[in-house]
Parts: sequence; C-alpha cells; structure tokens
Amino acid sequence: MNGLDHSILTLVTFAPAAGAVLLLFAPRRDREIRVFALLVSLFTFVLSLHLPAHFHRDQAGFQFDQNTPWIPTPNIHYHMGMDGISLWLVVLTTFLTPLCVLISWKSIHERVKEFFILLLVLETALIGVFVALDLFLFYFFWEATLIPMALLIGMYGHGRRVYAAIKFFLYTMVASVFMLAGILWLYANTSPHTFDFVDIQKAIAGGQVPGFVGAAQWLFLGFFIAFAVKVPLFPFHTWLPDAHVEAPTAGSALLAGVLLKMGTYGMLRFNLGLFPEQSRANASWIVALALIGIVYGALVAMVQPNMKKLIAYSSISHLGFVVLGIFSFTQAGLNGAMFVMLAHGVSTGGLFMLAGILYERRHTYEISEFGGLATPMPAYSTFFLFVVLASVGLPLLNGFIGEFLVLSGAFQAKPWWGVVAATGVIWSACYLLWMYQRVFFGVVKHAENNSLPDLTMRERAALWPAVIMALVMGVAPLWWLNTIDPAVRNVLLPFAQLAAKVVSR
Amino acid sequence: MIAPNLIPNADYVRILPEIVLSVVGMIIMLLDPIMDERRSQRLLGVVALLGAIAALAATSFQARQQFWGFGFWEMVRIDAFSIFFHVLVIGVTIIVILSSYEYMEVQQIRAGEYYGLVLFGAVGMALMSSAVELVLIFIALEISSIATYILAGFRRRAAISSEASVKYFLLGSFATAFFLYGVALMFGATGSTSIARISASLTPFNGSGGPMLAYLGVALMFVGLGFKVAAAPFHIWTPDVYEGAPSPVVGFMSTAPKAAVFAVLLRIMFQAHAPGRVWLMWVAAALSMTIGNIAALVQDNVKRLLAYSSIAHAGYVLVAFAALPENAIPAAMFYTASYAAMNVGAFAVVGHFAGLGERKVTLEDYAGLGRRSPLLAAILTIFLLSLIGIPITGGFFAKFYVFSAALQANLIGLTIIGVLNSAVAAYYYLRIIISMYMREPRDEAPAPPITPGLGLALALSLAATIYLGVLPGRVLEYAAWAATFVR
Repeated sequence: MNGLDHSILTLVTFAPAAGAVLLLFAPRRDREIRVFALLVSLFTFVLSLHLPAHFHRDQAGFQFDQNTPWIPTPNIHYHMGMDGISLWLVVLTTFLTPLCVLISWKSIHERVKEFFILLLVLETALIGVFVALDLFLFYFFWEATLIPMALLIGMYGHGRRVYAAIKFFLYTMVASVFMLAGILWLYANTSPHTFDFVDIQKAIAGGQVPGFVGAAQWLFLGFFIAFAVKVPLFPFHTWLPDAHVEAPTAGSALLAGVLLKMGTYGMLRFNLGLFPEQSRANASWIVALALIGIVYGALVAMVQPNMKKLIAYSSISHLGFVVLGIFSFTQAGLNGAMFVMLAHGVSTGGLFMLAGILYERRHTYEISEFGGLATPMPAYSTFFLFVVLASVGLPLLNGFIGEFLVLSGAFQAKPWWGVVAATGVIWSACYLLWMYQRVFFGVVKHAENNSLPDLTMRERAALWPAVIMALVMGVAPLWWLNTIDPAVRNVLLPFAQLAAKVVSR
Repeated sequence: MIAPNLIPNADYVRILPEIVLSVVGMIIMLLDPIMDERRSQRLLGVVALLGAIAALAATSFQARQQFWGFGFWEMVRIDAFSIFFHVLVIGVTIIVILSSYEYMEVQQIRAGEYYGLVLFGAVGMALMSSAVELVLIFIALEISSIATYILAGFRRRAAISSEASVKYFLLGSFATAFFLYGVALMFGATGSTSIARISASLTPFNGSGGPMLAYLGVALMFVGLGFKVAAAPFHIWTPDVYEGAPSPVVGFMSTAPKAAVFAVLLRIMFQAHAPGRVWLMWVAAALSMTIGNIAALVQDNVKRLLAYSSIAHAGYVLVAFAALPENAIPAAMFYTASYAAMNVGAFAVVGHFAGLGERKVTLEDYAGLGRRSPLLAAILTIFLLSLIGIPITGGFFAKFYVFSAALQANLIGLTIIGVLNSAVAAYYYLRIIISMYMREPRDEAPAPPITPGLGLALALSLAATIYLGVLPGRVLEYAAWAATFVR
C-alpha cells in the first residue's frame, strides 16, 4: 500500500477546485490566469496517473477507499472509491481538461478569470461524480456539474446561448430530481439508514429492504430517467444539439467527452448495480430506444448543415452503442460499452476542438461555408482526418475496438440487435466522411478560405495528445480492458445468478 | 398586595433578551428627537446594533440550563427550542440593521425610529418562540406585527410603500383576529390557553377525533398564522407588500417573523397535538408550493419574484408539518434557519442594487451585473442557488431534510409535489442569474461600492448559508435536541 493511496482520490478531486479558489483571488491578468489554469489541470492529470499506476488490476472491488463520516443525521459519509469502471473515466476527465484549457487560450478573451474558474470547478465536480460511493455524495457532485456547465454555455456561448443554457439546466435538473426521490426512498428504507452504495447494494441483494419488491420498478425508473436524459437517450436528447452548438469549444469538448458519460456510468453503476432484476426486465425497451438512437442520431447527423450539430448528433448515435452494450448484459458488451465511452471521449473531444479551431478563424460552423480546406490548411486537415477515422471506427484506432465489442455482445444477446446496431457503424462512416469531403476536398469555394492560417503550435499541442491517445487505445486496448474487465464481471455477477435461477426453474 | 418576591429573579432572566431589546429600543426612541437629524441615523443604528448584540449575549446567558423551564406563571418557557429561535431572530435582526445603514442613506430616509421599530419587532418575535400560553403568543404576535406594519411603510415618499403598509395592516389585523378567535374556541374545547394543558387534554385523541371545537380552533389559528408566514391561500398580500416595503425590511419580515410564527405553529401543531394536523398541513403545503412557484415564473420584478418564492418556501416548511414529529420538527427548524440566512442576504443585495427610490428592481436592471459588479453578483448567485436548493448551500439540506421527513412519514404524494415544485422553482431563480451573467447591461455604470456595514451583513449571511450547506450536522443535532422539548 502506498501512503498516497488513502488520500489520492480526495487530492485528485479537489486539486482543480483548490486551483479555482486561488484564481478567485488572483488579479485579472489574463495571460497569467491561463498559464495557471493550465498548470493546475496538468498537475491534476499527473496526480491522477497515480491511480492506474497503483491500481490492482486483479481485484474487482473498490480501491483507494476513503470513508469518513461527514454528517451524522442523516447518515452521510464522505465515501470515495474506485474500480476499473471509474478509474479510466477519471483519467479521461483529467486528460481532457488541459486540452480544453489550451483550446480556449485565444477564443476566450472576455471574463477570462471566470471562465477558468468555472472550468476547474466543473472538473472537480466531474471527477467527484465518478469516485463518490455514497449516494448522497454522488448526487451532490452530480448536481454540482450543472451550474458551471450551464454558466459556461450561457456566458461564453454563441447566439442562442441563453436558451441553450436554460434548456440544458432544466432538462437535467428536472430529471435528476427523480433520482433524488429514489435515493431518499432507499435511505428511508434501509436499516440502519444509509446512503452507502456498497451497503445498499448488499441490503438489496440480501433482501433486507422492506417494500423493495413493490418499489423496485419505480426506483429503477427514477434513476434511469436521470441518467437517460444525461446520456442522452432518444427521446430525451433534444437538449444536446442546442447545448453543443451554443457552447464554447471547451464546453462542448467536456460535455461530449465526459458529461454524457456520467449518464452511462450511472446506468452501469446504479441501475445495473442496484437493480439487476429490473434492469433485466426493462432491457427490451431500453435497447429499443438505444437502437433508435443509434440509427436516428446517425440519420439526423447526415443532413446537418452545421458541423457542430453534426458532431452532436453523432454523439447521440455513439452513446446509443454504449447503452446497447450495457443492456446486453454480456461481458463483451459491457467491456465494449466502457471502451466506447473512453474512445468517444477522446475522439469526439478532438472533433469538437477541431471544429472550434475552424470557428475561431471563420466564425461559422456551416459546412457549406467551407470546401477545399486541405490546400490552405494541410496539417489541420490531416489531424481532422485522423480523428474522423478514429470516430468512424477504423481498425487500429480507438473507435473500432469498443464498437466491435458492443456489437459482438449484442449478437450474443439477440442477433437482430447486432444487425440494427451494425448499420450505425456504416452510417457513421457516411456522415463523417461526407462531411470531411465537403469541408476539405474539391476546390476552395470561398475566397476568404484561401488565406486561413494553419494550426499554431498551441493548437497542435492540444491536438497531439488526443491523436496519440486514439492510436494507442486502438493498438493496445488490453491495457484498458485488463482493468475494466474484472469490474465488469463483478457487475455481471448477479445477472449470472439470475440466469441460473431462471434455468433451474 | 403583591408580595415582593412573587416573581423570582430567575424569571427576569427568562425574558432577558426581550428586556434588553425593549430597553434599547426605548432609548433609541428617546434619543431620536433630541439628536441632530443628519447624524442621528448613523449613531442610532450603532446603538441598535449594540442592543441586538447585547440581546444575543443575553440569550447565551439564558442558555445555561439553570435558567431553563417555566417562568411567569407558566407563560414563558426557556429551553433549547426557544433559544434556537432567539438566536435565529436576533441574528437576522443584526444582519438587517447592518444592511440598513447604507440603504437608509441612499434612500435619504432620515428616521432614527426605524431602528427602534426593528428592535421592538424583534422583541415580539423572540417572545413568540418562548411563549407557551396562547394569549401571550397573541400579544407577542401583535407586538411583532405592529412594528412590521410601520416598517413596511417606511419609504414615505413612495406611494407604493404606503399602500404596502396599509394593505398589510388591514389584512394583518383581520388575520390576527382570526387567530384570537381560534384561541377562544380552543379555550372552549379544552378549558385552557396554556399549550401544556391543551396538550394534556388533546393527547388522548392522538391527532384525530376529539372535540369538534378543537378542530375549528386549530383551523382558525392556522388562518392567522398562515397569513403571517404567507402560506397559501392566505398569501395574497405578500407580493404587493414585499414590492412596496423597503428591501431590508422585506429581508427582515420574510425571515424573522416567519421563523417565530413557525415556532408557534410547531408548538400548536406538535406540542399541543392539534387534531387534523396532517391533512390541513398537507393541503396548505401543496397549495403554497404550487401557487408560489408558478406565479413566480412570470415575475419581472425581482422583489415580487422573491415574494412569490417566499410563499413557496413557506410551503416547503409546511411539508415538514405534515410529517412525524421526530423528523418534522428538526427539519422545519433547520429550514427556517437556512431560509433566513439566504433570504436576508438576497434582500440585502437587492436593496443595494435598487438605488434611490428602489427604481432598479426589474430583471432588466440586473442585466450585466456580473460584469458591472462581479463580487455582489457572485454573492447573490450563491443565495439564489441556495434558494433553488443546490448542494453545498443551506437550501439544499433544508429541502433534503424536509422531504426525507415527509418520506419517512410515507407522504409520497406530497413529496412528489414538493420535489417537482423545486424543479420548477429552479427556472425563475435562474432567470435572475441569467440576467446578471448572460445579458448585455443597459447602462455600463458600475454598481455602487459595498460599504462596510453591508459587507459585514453579506459576509454573515453568506457564511451561515455555506456553513449550513457544508456542515449541517451541528445545527441539525441541536434542532433535534430542541425538538424533544416541544414533543
């Protein structure tokens, strides 16, 4: 046991917030503030690397456990811990944040201090969501992500930013209220009263929660609706395109890269973890929605004239894969779902950064405004192609592994699920490559595009890590899957027992 | 002839904070006419502040358990419950006095008696929380009400303020008459106006059954008290009065008297085992939350918006009243405390921004404040987030305790109404935040700088809001202990 292991989760979680507090008192010197924010986010990233380095891959339970009482009544504990599922989501968050700082260097020039404070607070809340093991603490961080994100959209976004910010806030706020009701019910009906995830899980599995049988379906739905809106699962997705289009680049990158994963993480951790039977019972319509999301998202993405909206709808399609993988209840499916989450975070984060770079130069996302950009911006178009291919799911790049695993899991569960979902892979190639063709190939249609400057060193510094990560994850996926797999098998344990029960009947 | 030692000395200690407040209030009234008009304002404010602090010290002196128990022929009772509300009321008074200095100067209101009235109001409110005898409660209620009637009309030059005062006075007197009528019926039903004796005669019925007159008495008393806490359907006066009254006064009357009246309600509903409590509170809570929140959605005047919000918040507190006593009383106490902290702070900021004649109180006037006055905008944002009920603010735990108390009493329907309401409420508070941060300002003039008094007032309320949001444990434990005295 390393000495740092006991406090590492607290350190990683609150390092950005500590930076934000320091920024609060800093004078308004924009350049120094940017550098400081970058240093804080890099420091957090380095700190978070402690986690995979000291993670015991062969253990399934929660590690780096920290559990101290926080509030006596109600019995709330400051309980943090991490398994193979949350591990990489935390690292993904800390990995993307410095890139977001870099990409916002120039594009944010007003109220710079507030911007970086919000960004760092958001990072803390995001990490907290993934490591909290007390349901109350989890809800606390879950709600805490809302405000900085809504403010980022509303203060630094584009034209209809206020509308998008309110829509984002209200959708997620209203949905998470149902989860809160579920959490309170669980607290009220466990004895001794507890919010502790592990204890509640044990109590439910052991049948020690009175009234659970009658309430389970409602509890499942209460949690599910909060997560489904966040993912977003069709038909709760309408806030997403608005939020993405209006958000500043860094906001979009974190929104797509990490925020959406809060939903799928929640499904995996809480819906499957606490209510395995209900997950099984509700799987069919959830998978149907996921499949609709995959195809619908892809088809809508295809006809978008706006680059950012296209990427936003592609997220809906990709996240459909994740939900499909989770509710296939197969080992391959769950592993794949986890991997898609990570890969999507890297590649879609990259796509949004690339779109933002173009926006800084031309102040538009309209695809028809571009064309033939490969000539004036060769380096930019190379990066873009790479990330597009990663997102499409070209073998050897990160998108492929996850989607392949999800599809094979889906085939195991029900072949026609796999068939429908597989078309999503084709669709994604269509809309992304078609977009790429319209933006980069052909002759330069608009004269002002001829003089567009190529990538600067700072932009390259933001893009290289994403590109390298996309390649490494595609070539050596086992490095990630090795840690994910034990955790996933742990999640699936009750399902195997459930199946055995059904068979023995 | 009254024997000299009929009133034991300890009895005076039991009303010491009230004595201190009254004496200082009278000193202010006496000083006001003999002082130079231009200087009286500031000096009398300091006297009032010192008086309030002395009252707080008196309360902490009372907190020694040797003084606990009944006094004045069982008309007042000092225990953890009364001390909780004493601290709350006097704390709010201190914050209000601090935030009034600047306001009075900006509004060019020269009146020393303002501070006197604030202190007299505090006397009534403090007495309400320690009175255990319905007639004394009535007197305390009237002391506090009369002070606030006058305070509401303190912007003499504004017609709207006089309207507020008259409206509040007429409707308020009407409502207290209902309360008195309820007390009379209760006396008819139980033969006593002492809460302990009422409790003794109503406890056997355990909240249902019992004399019909008692039901009627409870209902009529609730009409009077519901008016004071702005619970629907007795809320009609609230938006007009809050809009017209001076902002610090609104901050005062939306928190301290409400807390005191909730203390009285807790005694009547729980300690006296009022019959018909659950459904009465259920309906009032559901109505207040829904009416308050929905009406607030369409307000463009920040003061009116916060007025409707205060109706809704009264509803949230009433949710607890429908629950079981062991959870309900601490939850309601915690709620009043955290609501007081955030609302008095919010109105301090509103009063600061309002400017001469309170002309700048619409959402449009708040546009771009995030740029013009970043610090104050951030502080107001925290208060608003607390009113929404976002974690790490007191408002979150307040709602949390109330709803979990309701769930533990199996009031699932009411909890769902409440939870949905708090989601709706997020929208209108957000409108203020959005206006401050996301809209372009109409005029670029920076907001006036923060004066030390206001700064201190904001720091106190902000600290309380955050403290209750991060470490609610101690306050809740104290409330839970205090609750054992009124069960």
